[in-house]
Amino acid sequence: MLRSTVLRLAIGYAVLFVASALVLAGYIYWTTDRYLVRQTDKTIVAGADALLERFRNDGVAGLVRAIESRLAEEADEEEIIALVDPARRLLAGNLETAPPENASAWFDLELVRESRSSTARVLRITLSNAHQLFVGRDVQVRLEVRKVVADTLVWSIGVTAGIAILVGLLARSLLARRLARISTVADRVVLGDLSTRVPLTGSGDEFDRLSSDINVMLDRLGELMDGVRQVSNAIAHDLRTPLTRLRSRLETALKAADSPARFRATAESALQELDQVVRIFDALLRIAEIETGHQRAAFAPVDLAVIATDVAEFYQPLAEQRGLALEVEASPAACVGDRMLIAQALANLVDNAIKYSPSGGHIRVSTRRQDHDVVLVVADTGPGIPIAERDKVTQRFYRLEESRGSPGSGLGLSLVVSVAKLHGGRLELDDAQPGLMARLILPASAGA
Amino acid sequence: MRFLIVEDDPEVARFVVKGLTEAGHMVEHAPDGREGLYRATGESFDALVVDRMLPGGIDGLTLIETLRRAGNVTPVLILSALGQVDERVRGLKAGGDDYLTKPFAFSELQARLEAILRRGSTKAVETVLRVADLELDLLSREVKRAGKKLDLLPRELRLLEYLMRHTGQVVTRTMLLEAVWDYHFDPQTNVIDVHVSRLRQKIDKGFARALIQTIRGAGYSLRLEP
Repeated sequence: MLRSTVLRLAIGYAVLFVASALVLAGYIYWTTDRYLVRQTDKTIVAGADALLERFRNDGVAGLVRAIESRLAEEADEEEIIALVDPARRLLAGNLETAPPENASAWFDLELVRESRSSTARVLRITLSNAHQLFVGRDVQVRLEVRKVVADTLVWSIGVTAGIAILVGLLARSLLARRLARISTVADRVVLGDLSTRVPLTGSGDEFDRLSSDINVMLDRLGELMDGVRQVSNAIAHDLRTPLTRLRSRLETALKAADSPARFRATAESALQELDQVVRIFDALLRIAEIETGHQRAAFAPVDLAVIATDVAEFYQPLAEQRGLALEVEASPAACVGDRMLIAQALANLVDNAIKYSPSGGHIRVSTRRQDHDVVLVVADTGPGIPIAERDKVTQRFYRLEESRGSPGSGLGLSLVVSVAKLHGGRLELDDAQPGLMARLILPASAGA
Repeated sequence: MRFLIVEDDPEVARFVVKGLTEAGHMVEHAPDGREGLYRATGESFDALVVDRMLPGGIDGLTLIETLRRAGNVTPVLILSALGQVDERVRGLKAGGDDYLTKPFAFSELQARLEAILRRGSTKAVETVLRVADLELDLLSREVKRAGKKLDLLPRELRLLEYLMRHTGQVVTRTMLLEAVWDYHFDPQTNVIDVHVSRLRQKIDKGFARALIQTIRGAGYSLRLEP
C-alpha cells in the first residue's frame, strides 16, 4: 500500500495541510486569547481606578459605600470586588471568603458562585492603611469559549486528515486504473505483440500525452522491426542467390573433374561468385559500422571540392571507356567529415551514374556551398528513378526491376545514406530532366 | 626465403604453408601466440604472417608489439577477420607492415608479402628508376622509353612509379588502389584495370616487348615480357 506513489503523496499533502492548519489556528487562538485577556485587564484596572479615587477622597467608609452602590446598581454579573482589612475580615464586596493575602498582583482565583465553580482574574491592590482591595472579573465564560475553540480545531484537523487520506486512496485507484492500461500494453509488447496501442481518453491530459508518446514510440519500434525483418529477408535473398550459384558451380566442377580445363574454368567462376558474396557481406558490415556511429573518430576538416576532383579523376578513364563525358565543377565546400567515407559515398554515386547512363551521355559532378550546407551533386543523363521508387532505392538491397540484370549489390545508395546521416546530412534524389540528380547535402563547417 | 606463419586455423595455415612452399619458400607454422612469439624471437625469419586473433593468451597484436619492443624489425603481415578501417589502423600502429582481411586470395597474400619484404631493402635514395629501357626520373618527373619522352598525367606517373618500385613482383588491384589513390574501399567496378590499360597504351604501345603484364587471377606486374 505504501509503495503507491499517489498514496504517499496524498499522505504527505495531508500532513502538510494539517500542520499548516495547526499553525494558523494556533496563531489565531493565541492572539484572540491574548486580546481578550488584555481587554479584561483593562476593564479591571479602570474599575479599580474608580474605587481608588473614592478611597483617596473619602477613606475606607467612602470606599465601602462605593463598592456597595456599584455592586447594587450595576448588573454586571462578572465583576468581583472585595475589600479586606488587615485582620483579614471582609468589609465589602461580593466574595464569601477573603482571597489569599500574599497573592501576586495579578492572579487567578478559583471560586464558587451561585453553586457553580468558576475562575476569576483578580488584581490585588494594597491600600495606604494596609487594607487590601481585590478587583477582578469572572472569566469562566471566556475559558469555556477557549475550550470549545480548541476542541473544534482538533476535530476539524482530524476530519481534514481523514478527507486527505480518502482522497488519496481514491486518486490512487483512479491512477492505478489509468496506469493499468499502459502496463497492459507494455506486457503485451513484451510478449511480442507490437501492434497493440494504449487507448486514449481524448481528454488531452498528462496521461493522454504520455500514452500518445508511448504509441509514437511503439510505431517507431514497429517500423524498425519491419526494417530489420525486411533487411534480413533481403540478406537471405541476396546472399542465397549467389550462394546457390556458387554451390551449383562447385557441383558442376566436381562432375567436370575428368577434364582439367573445364574443372579449372568452373572453379574460377565459383571463386568469382564467392568474391561477390564477400563483397556484399563487406558492404553490409560497412554500413552497419557507419550506422553505429563509431566512425566519428576519423572526422577532420575536408573540402568536398578536393574529394570530388579526386574521385572524378579516378572514374574519368572508366567514363571515357563507356563513351560518357564526366565533368567536374568544384567550388570550395568545406565541411568536417571522414574523407574516406565521403569519397566512398561519392564513388558509389558516380559508379551508379556510369553504370546506368547510356553511351554518349553526360555526368556532372559539382560541389558548392549553400547557406549552412555544402552540397555535392552527381547528375547523369541516364533513365533516372521514378518518383515512386526514390524512397525505396535507398533501402538495403532494393533494386529497380530494370537494373536487376546488371551487376551490383543493391547496397550502394544505402551506404551513401548512412554516410550522409553519420555527418548529420541527407541524400536527395531528383529528376535531372532527363536523368537522375543525386545531392549529398552535409552541414558546412562553421565559420568557413 | 624463410617465413613463419602464426595461425590457429589449421585449414588456413595449411593453405598458406602449401602456397608459399610451392613458390619455393621455407615455411614454419606456429598454432598459437605463445609458440609464435617463442619462435619469432628465437629464430631468424624473412617475414612473419600473423593472425590477429590467436588462442593461448597472446594475440597477434600483443605478439607484434612484444617483438617490436625487443627491437625485432622482421616485416609482419597481419591476417584478420576484422576488416574495419580502425582495426586496420590499430594493426599498423602495433607494428604490422601490412594488413590483409580474411577471406583472401593467395595471390593477394603473396603479393603483399613480397611488397613488405622489398620495403626494407629499397630504402636507399634513388632519383631515377629504371626497368629495361624504361626510365622514370623522380626529380624532373620525366618518363622515357628507349630514349623517347612519354607524356603521363600525374596520377599515371604515380601508378608507374609504384609498379617500377615493385618491379618483377605481382601487385594486386587492391594494393594499387591503396597505394596510388589511398582509397580503402571497394570501387565496385574494375576502375583500376582501365587505369592500367591507359598506362599500358602510353608505355607499351609501339614497342616490341610489353612491360606491363597482366597476371591472371592476381593483378599486374612490371617486367620485360619473356
